[in-house]
This record gives sequence, structure tokens and C-alpha cells, in this order.
Amino acid sequence: MVKNSGMGATNPRRRKRRSMGAQQWAAVIGGGALAVYGIARRSPLGAALAASGGSLAAFGVLYKPKAQSDSARTSVLINCKPEEAYGFWKDIENLPRFMNRLQSVTKLDEQRSRWIAIGPMGRPIRWDAQIIDDRENESISWRSLPGSEVQVDGRVEFREAPAGRGTIVSAEIQYSPAPGLSSSFAKFLRKGANFAMRQDMRRLEALMEAGEIPTTEGQPHGPRDRVTGVMRMMDPTRPIAPGASLKDTFAARRSIA
Amino acid sequence: MKAVCYMGVEKMSVETVPDPQILNPRDAIVRITSTCICGSDLHLYDGYVPTMEQGDIMGHEFMGEVVEVGSGIKPEKLKVGDRVVVPFTIACGNCFFCRKELWSCCNNSNPNYWMAEEMMGYSPSGLFGYTHMLGGYAGGQAQYARVPFADVGPLKLPEGIPDEKVIFLSDIHPTGYFGAVNAEIEQGDTVAIWGCGPVGQFAIRSAFMLGAERVIAIDRFDYRLRMAEQGGAEIINYEEVDDVVQTLKDMTGNIGPDRCIDAVGMEAHGHGVVHLMDRAKQVARIEMDRPIALRQAIQACRKGGTVSVPGVYAGFIDKVPMGAFVNKALTMKTGQTHMMRYMKPLLDKIENGEIDPSFVISHRVPIDRAPEMYKIFRDKKESCTKVVLDPWADGAKAA
Repeated sequence: MVKNSGMGATNPRRRKRRSMGAQQWAAVIGGGALAVYGIARRSPLGAALAASGGSLAAFGVLYKPKAQSDSARTSVLINCKPEEAYGFWKDIENLPRFMNRLQSVTKLDEQRSRWIAIGPMGRPIRWDAQIIDDRENESISWRSLPGSEVQVDGRVEFREAPAGRGTIVSAEIQYSPAPGLSSSFAKFLRKGANFAMRQDMRRLEALMEAGEIPTTEGQPHGPRDRVTGVMRMMDPTRPIAPGASLKDTFAARRSIA
Repeated sequence: MKAVCYMGVEKMSVETVPDPQILNPRDAIVRITSTCICGSDLHLYDGYVPTMEQGDIMGHEFMGEVVEVGSGIKPEKLKVGDRVVVPFTIACGNCFFCRKELWSCCNNSNPNYWMAEEMMGYSPSGLFGYTHMLGGYAGGQAQYARVPFADVGPLKLPEGIPDEKVIFLSDIHPTGYFGAVNAEIEQGDTVAIWGCGPVGQFAIRSAFMLGAERVIAIDRFDYRLRMAEQGGAEIINYEEVDDVVQTLKDMTGNIGPDRCIDAVGMEAHGHGVVHLMDRAKQVARIEMDRPIALRQAIQACRKGGTVSVPGVYAGFIDKVPMGAFVNKALTMKTGQTHMMRYMKPLLDKIENGEIDPSFVISHRVPIDRAPEMYKIFRDKKESCTKVVLDPWADGAKAA
């Protein structure tokens, strides 16, 4: 495989496919405006408006037309050497530290690993993966093994940025649900893959540069109202963890407004 | 602990909430000794910045004593017992932007980066108590606060210097200074400053420090204009002149002020039809910000001059005179203050006696009175310029 091949960051055709369509923008902006207006109303009507506006906005962010739904890619500039980023990623059990839809990745041997992700309503999704191409300090590619619940192939590339600016980490995943998986499940995977991946890469950057991922979860706050509670449950950046009670989810989680 | 919570538009309330905990290794907990209401908090109070939620703890100007540090903080950086003033911007210290000393653009301190990204393309740093879009961090109008990346932001203070001289290093003092730095002042310049609130007041004094010959301050409240005069500025009460831009021309030999600073921001007042249209659009949430001061600054600025904007804008504005901006070859410089560049140098100036920032304080009250002070400050009653809150007054004890 030639270096840089297959990565979306330098391919204009793919870049075009990745951008948001007018409909999505309309949903984000319209929904956002509705939500803001609704929140400002501070009344039952306002609450309803805010909730519907918020979900419309979230839909705009998460919804991707079907044609591009089978892959996700993004890149991030990290202040580190390529070998540091490579080393971190190569230790594949590190991945759940920043990919928060992953519950765990367990090494089976040098090449193979077992992945467990958090699906809708906290249902776990399992698959096994194998590293198929590994170039030290340059790239890692892996593929899920036959018999998996889902097919998830991935590739990550590490390129030194000019003038000591760090390393550009580009990642791409291609996935297809295994036959027999319910259609709602497949839809869940399709939605938000790009969005989730961007958030994952942001967390990777924070972890490598700052040594920790910024959070406000667990900080004090005054009494919340129902609008914010509902919105918290629709938080697109975090899956609902297995075993989390509805009450906890309602009260504790937040990063959407 | 006690904390001032946002409970809706024009509704603040002092609530009893749990004490903050260390959540990340580089966190510290500060027991707050002084905290303030900032003019920018009034934009939240008035409901003009999206993504506030009921129950959010307000406040981004605070100082106090470190009572707990996380496992990731080296003792030579910060330790229990240190007296610190905390900058309102939160910065990781090691991203592309922090390494360029663009501290307020830190890439790693906003957990809700994506929300700001939707609106601005990229997110600035996280801020204390200033909307979920900008981090959703609990603020400092409380008895304790959790400070993330506490080995980067907080400035350690020497013993013996009173709170009221150094509390403003948390925001408005460096912000006024940054506004003047951004104006690119050269020896002999005339600087016009819109807004004589605390940031404007510090900008006036900083402009002189940076070599300005004349400073012309513009506001409509006499008590604020008096304070500007005490800082050495000439004044314009814009309600008493027909045309601010023409007045500035007349005062400067028809060349215009060399540097213009908009220390007003998104809720500017003015008069005339355009102001009424802006007001109506803002109420209807069609236009988010009212940029009257900014428009005047662009119109008034001399050719080849600089417009500096320390005032807060949140979203979109209409009718920016881009033609004037381009054809007059102006430069505009903006940004939330890169706090860590200026806190230590300004502390040195305070210690040298070059400036005593406590002149802006008009009210010192217990935290329980915070909700009414928001209203008084917003309505410019009681000659209010700056409110300092004491979180522990009235015999309040640590929970």
C-alpha cells in the first residue's frame, strides 16, 4: 500500500461528500433557533418548542444521507511526535479512553483484539478485529473478523506536520452491520458516525496534549428544569451507558443545551 | 455551599448546592474569598447568549485560596494554601494555540467544543460560568469553585496585597489592557473608547500606559464619564451630541481618532431608526447583537487606523460598514483576552503602584444580595460600576 493512499483528507471528491447538505444545515439552524427561542420563553409552550427544536437540531447534526453512511473519517492535529501518537494507538486497549462508544478493547494476541461497543439503550455490540497492515510510526489498518455482529474496518495514519507543529492523525472507518441485525440498529450506527468520530478525535487530542479529557460531569449545579433534563437525554456526544437508570441519565448527564 | 444560579432570563437566585469535587487530575478546588459580577454576565442575565440552562452557576471573576489539588499537579506549580486569582479563560497549556500564547483559543478546554463549532466554525477555550457552548463549567459566584488545568491558569499572589486590588486580574483589568494592546497604539495617538464600564475604564488607563497622547471616552452615564475623566480622558456624552462621529472629527482636526476601542459589545444603546431596528430584531432574536458602538468605531476611525473590540459579541450582526472598513484600510483586532500573557505583568504594575484597580468598585455586598445587584448593575442604578461579592459574609460557614 502506498503512503497516503485511501485517506480522505487529501481527496477532494471525498471532502465534498463529507460536508453537510443544505437540509442538514436548515435543520441545525432552524432547530437551534427554535430551541433557543423555546428556552428563552421559560414556559410550557417554550419547553415544548425547545424540546422539538433541540431534537431537530440534533437530527441535523446526526443525520447523514444514506449514500455516505458506510464510512466516517476525520483528522486532528496533535502536538506530539508521530511515534508517540502511533505508540498510543498501537496499544489498542487505549482506544476506549477516548472513543466513548467503546466499552472495552481487549488484546487477544499481537494481531487480534475483541471490541465491545455500547449500542442503543445500552445494548453491547461485540466484534473481533485483526491488524492487517502495520507500518511503524506511519499507519495501522485493521479489519473485523468473520462472524462478528458488525463489520468495522479501520485505518489510522500519522503524518508529521510542518515546522514542528505536531502530527496530523487521520482516521477512517468503514462499517456495515452483519446480515440479520435489525434495521433500527443499522440506522443507529449510520447516524452520527462522523459526528461521533470527530468527538473521539477531539478527546484523543486532549488526552495526548493535556493528559486528560475536559469534563464537567459531576460538577455542582442549581435546580434543573424539565427542558434541560430532556435535552440532556438527547445528548449526541455520549451514549447512554449500560445499567444507567433513567433518573441518573436525566439528572447527571449534560453537554447539550 | 452557596452559589449564584441562573434560573432563567432576568432570574438569578442564591442556591445551596453540593461542594465541587476534583474531577480530573489537573483540577484544583479554590475557596473563594472575592468574586464579581461582570458586565458580560449581564448579557446572560438578559438572555442574549444562547445555551444557558436553569441551574447553571454564574461567575467568571474570582480569587481565593487553594484547598485541594488533583494528582496531576506538581507542588512547584500549585499547592494547597496558595492564594490565587483565577483567569476566566481555561487553557490546557500544551495545544497549538496555548503554545502560541493564544490562551483564550485553547483547543482542549471546552468539553462542548462541538456546540461552539456549529456556530463559530471552531471553539474558543472553555470559560467559567458562561454558557454550555463555552464549556458549561460551574462559575465562581460561589463559595468554592473547581478550576481545571489549575497548573496553567491561576496566578499566585504575594501576601499582604488586598483582594480588591488583584481580583480584577481575573478578567476586566487584563481585558481592558488587551483592548488597548490590540489597538496597536503608537506614541502620540488619539484613542477613542466606546463604553466607560470597568473594561473601558481599564482601557483608558492602559491606553495612556501604552503611549496614547489623548483618550476620548464615550458613554451616556455621567458617573461613568466622571470616572473616565479621573483617568485622564476627554469625554463625550453621546446623548448630548448630535453625531458622535462628527464630534470626534471636530475634536481631532478632522483626521479622526487613530485607534478606536469598542468596549460596549452586543447590547449597545444608541438613538435613531437604526438603533430601534436593531433593538426590535434582537428582541425577536433575528439579529443576536446590537453593534451600534462597533459601527460608529469603524466610521470614526482615521484612515489606516485600528479598531479593537474587547466588547462581547455572541453571534451575528447586521449593517457592518464593510465599505468604510475596506476603503479606509482599517485593521480590526479582537478576541477574548489571552489572560496568562498579561496577568503577571499587570500584577507587577499593581505592586509598583502604577495602578490601583480598586477604583472601579462601587458596591461591596454579601453574595446573598447578588440577584438584586444584577438588576441594579444592568439598570445602571446607584452609580453602579462594579460589584464585588463576599461569599462568606453574614457568618456563612463552609458546608
